[in-house]
Amino acid sequence: MAELTELSLADARDGLKRRDFSALELARAHLDAVSAAGDLNAFVTQTDEHALKMAEASDARLADGSAGPLEGIPLAIKDLFCTEGILTTASSHILDGFVPTYESTVTAQLWRDGAVLVGKTGCDEFAMGSSNETSYYGPVINPWRRKSDGAKLVPGGSSGGSASAVAGRLAMGATATDTGGSIRQPAAFTGTVGLKPTYGRCSRWGIVAFASSLDQAGPLTRTVRDSAIMLGSMAGHDPKDTTSIDTPVPDYEAAMTGDIRGMRIGIPKEYRVDNMPEDVDALWQKGVEWLKAAGAEIQEVSLPHTKYALPAYYIVAPAEASSNLARYDGVRYGLRVPGEDLIDMYENTRAAGFGPEVKRRVLIGTYVLSAGYYDAYYIKAQRVRTLIKRDFEQAFEAVDMILTPTTPNAAFAPGEITDPVTMYLNDIFTVTVNMAGLPGISVPAGLSADGLPLGLQLIGKAFDEETLFRGAGVLEEAAGFDARPDHWWA
Amino acid sequence: MNEAAQAEAKSKLIHGATGDWEVVIGIETHAQVTSNAKLFSGASAAFGGEPNDHVSLVDAAMPGMLPVINSYAVEQAVRTGLGLKARINLHSVFDRKNYFYPDLPQGYQISQFQQPVVGEGVVVLDMPDGETIDVGIERLHLEQDAGKSVHDRLPEQSCVDLNRSGVALMEIVSKPDMRSADEVKAYVGKIRAIVRYLGTCDGNMEEGSMRADINVSVRRPGEPLGTRCEIKNVNSIRFMGQAIEFEARRQIDILEDGGEIVQETRLFDPRKGETRSMRSKEEAHDYRYFPDPDLLPLDLTQEWVDALAADLPELPDEKKARFVGDYGLSVYDAGVLAADRAAAGYFETAARGHDAKIAANWVMGELFAALNKRDLEIEASPVAPEALGELIGLISDGTISGRIAKDVFDIMIDTGDAPAKIVEDRGLKQVTDTGAIEKIVDEIIAANPDQAAEVKERPKALGWFVGQVMKASQGKANPQAVNEILRAKFDLN
Repeated sequence: MAELTELSLADARDGLKRRDFSALELARAHLDAVSAAGDLNAFVTQTDEHALKMAEASDARLADGSAGPLEGIPLAIKDLFCTEGILTTASSHILDGFVPTYESTVTAQLWRDGAVLVGKTGCDEFAMGSSNETSYYGPVINPWRRKSDGAKLVPGGSSGGSASAVAGRLAMGATATDTGGSIRQPAAFTGTVGLKPTYGRCSRWGIVAFASSLDQAGPLTRTVRDSAIMLGSMAGHDPKDTTSIDTPVPDYEAAMTGDIRGMRIGIPKEYRVDNMPEDVDALWQKGVEWLKAAGAEIQEVSLPHTKYALPAYYIVAPAEASSNLARYDGVRYGLRVPGEDLIDMYENTRAAGFGPEVKRRVLIGTYVLSAGYYDAYYIKAQRVRTLIKRDFEQAFEAVDMILTPTTPNAAFAPGEITDPVTMYLNDIFTVTVNMAGLPGISVPAGLSADGLPLGLQLIGKAFDEETLFRGAGVLEEAAGFDARPDHWWA
Repeated sequence: MNEAAQAEAKSKLIHGATGDWEVVIGIETHAQVTSNAKLFSGASAAFGGEPNDHVSLVDAAMPGMLPVINSYAVEQAVRTGLGLKARINLHSVFDRKNYFYPDLPQGYQISQFQQPVVGEGVVVLDMPDGETIDVGIERLHLEQDAGKSVHDRLPEQSCVDLNRSGVALMEIVSKPDMRSADEVKAYVGKIRAIVRYLGTCDGNMEEGSMRADINVSVRRPGEPLGTRCEIKNVNSIRFMGQAIEFEARRQIDILEDGGEIVQETRLFDPRKGETRSMRSKEEAHDYRYFPDPDLLPLDLTQEWVDALAADLPELPDEKKARFVGDYGLSVYDAGVLAADRAAAGYFETAARGHDAKIAANWVMGELFAALNKRDLEIEASPVAPEALGELIGLISDGTISGRIAKDVFDIMIDTGDAPAKIVEDRGLKQVTDTGAIEKIVDEIIAANPDQAAEVKERPKALGWFVGQVMKASQGKANPQAVNEILRAKFDLN
């Protein structure tokens, strides 16, 4: 039944309801695919037994009519989400052997709605990275390869394992998290749909924290409809996260009417960066044409503080991270490397437990918060953040959505980018959205000159994911993206 | 400054070898908020328990855990601020204070740095000599307590007990307005009285639910503030006096020898009665404060604050004023009684329908002495305030004399019996029957002719006869009646 893995989440859901196949069959098909996809290294932990048990329970609920909205759907979970009784690593050595006694709110809601856990996917260590190369468990590989040289490529990051698993048909959807682009950039690199919801739409409780004021969980799927379905289960107010917002969760799937006539779409002039590859620019133009053809009005908007977003982000995010990661000290859980005294133990544990990119960000964060530098860096970055927010507020007085490329380039090969700043530039179109707390979605829209997927990003107003799904659905249909990677890994 | 005030200020100075010095003191009080749950986790904030009994996932800083503010703790902090007559900040912010220590699982303490929930206020100290001193309050903020490192459980390793981790504390910071150890003692006593009145902290210094750090500096009178040292670990009001006196003298000695004070944190050693260096300014942590991104700013409404203010109980200062105004107590007596909510309540109950001044004397004299002797809190007094009132009633209506009343009180303390019953059972009723008294008087005069002759020469000697008559009546004779009859017999009127 290999074709079961080809179904969209929505089609599998409907097929399960019709009893065309069982949840167990669906789970087995995906578990087999996972087992055969070792070359992709998408998973840190496979949870076959767990998956089969959950699938059996799903079949029982499908039989007795108590099925939930995601009943029997095999999902992959980024290893940043704490899962009760299942190893949770954040792809870091320092969380060696850490098995939570609790379940993150987002995953608990997915299980509540009937989803089946296939496994925990790899990511950049503590979600810090744009290529998955910082994972302690080795880089995840992109199912897509370049036409020109056939090189293996990175899946993007940090949610590279989730993106690879969804693109490689190892799961029907996956959870991911996005702090500066960690859902949307891998989605663009793997030809999948990645949504970063509005900050506060999904609970952060039980998700290993990177930068608390920017982190947000969202779905990675193969279609916009699947994204809408998953968000419906993931979203919602959580009293355990006081930054989550108490506002009703709408029926996102129903919002996909396909009608964007009269909708105003903004094109930010500041996003026309120097050296933008022609194929990226051309696709952006196509996106404009597609939306125009669907009846939307296109207008230029200005987001004047865009150029300050990335530097400000690389102050705010490391500052929060340096503090969030202080708890990994070898005292209570995870790795402990003994030392002569307490300080020695701290130093040995953190030296061995964290990789170079995490250390770099902890150091940057510690520096920008230090006495004498705090005002010049952290405070100034927060002011920039306020200005970026205001830019968007002003733009959204004139338009309903903003269209941009998701990334300035397609996927690259491991080791191809070694300069951290060049790597950070991968987030140039996505990071502003996190700084402003807005929702953004990446839709696969075409191929690069070298045959790799490229994504277009729609940015919406706060808590207006419905409009975003409507626009993304139109974009998806117009683009008709049906390219597939060769199945080289098995 | 008038002359009296100048003399007053001068009396607080410390005499050094090269002249007088003024000691300047500010206090940071850490008061545990009376609340069932911790500040951000919902775990029990109860004292004691086995190590790590009261620890939630949040307190242990497990990955992905988030703090949720305990609104009751906020209410308690605001009520305390109102009790300190302080400005309530409707907008305040929680910050992270970052440092590594095993008893600090998060690697940061959630506290309030730049924008505390309570701003400036004032506390009035009543000194025993009748002087009142205003001590400014700089701020009050909420913060988490840390856990505790335990070094004596295992031979090679230390253990961590997180029961205290995350318990809500109020840090109350005074301005450097105190000039003597006595003022500090009065200040801490007053803060303790206020939080106990409000029920926002139990003020128990032995269990550590109230602790104080003391900032001490010295200067020549009229000069700018000197360099200060912070003294930690002073866990009783008695030790505060010792610590300040030692520290002031230490600083004066250094300065008089031509040295300089190094700003540092010092630890008080209660066994040796001295302070010693803990860490210098250079070794001080850079706490890298920044707003906690897991918590939204704390925004209160004026209506909510007003409702808390309207619901506040009567506080020590108001109560004292009322005791002076309504009961005619002296300012000092009123202050002593009002300092403790339970004592004040006891007094008011005892005084109901009776002479308040007599009631105050009994509470502050016999009752306090008896409780002290038995090491009892006033709440555990074997004599109920109603019973003491009854006893006062028996004195006022002449049933017993004041002297007999003291005996009756001792029996009440021991047995808990009602005073009327004791008087009845033991036949202690005062004899006011003049016939009976006259009979005793006549007998004693007849038996002591020499003394009787002396009284005629020296009327003051009458007192000897009064004593004899009282003795013969076993104290039950009404002393006034005895006096009158004796004076009549000796024609002294």
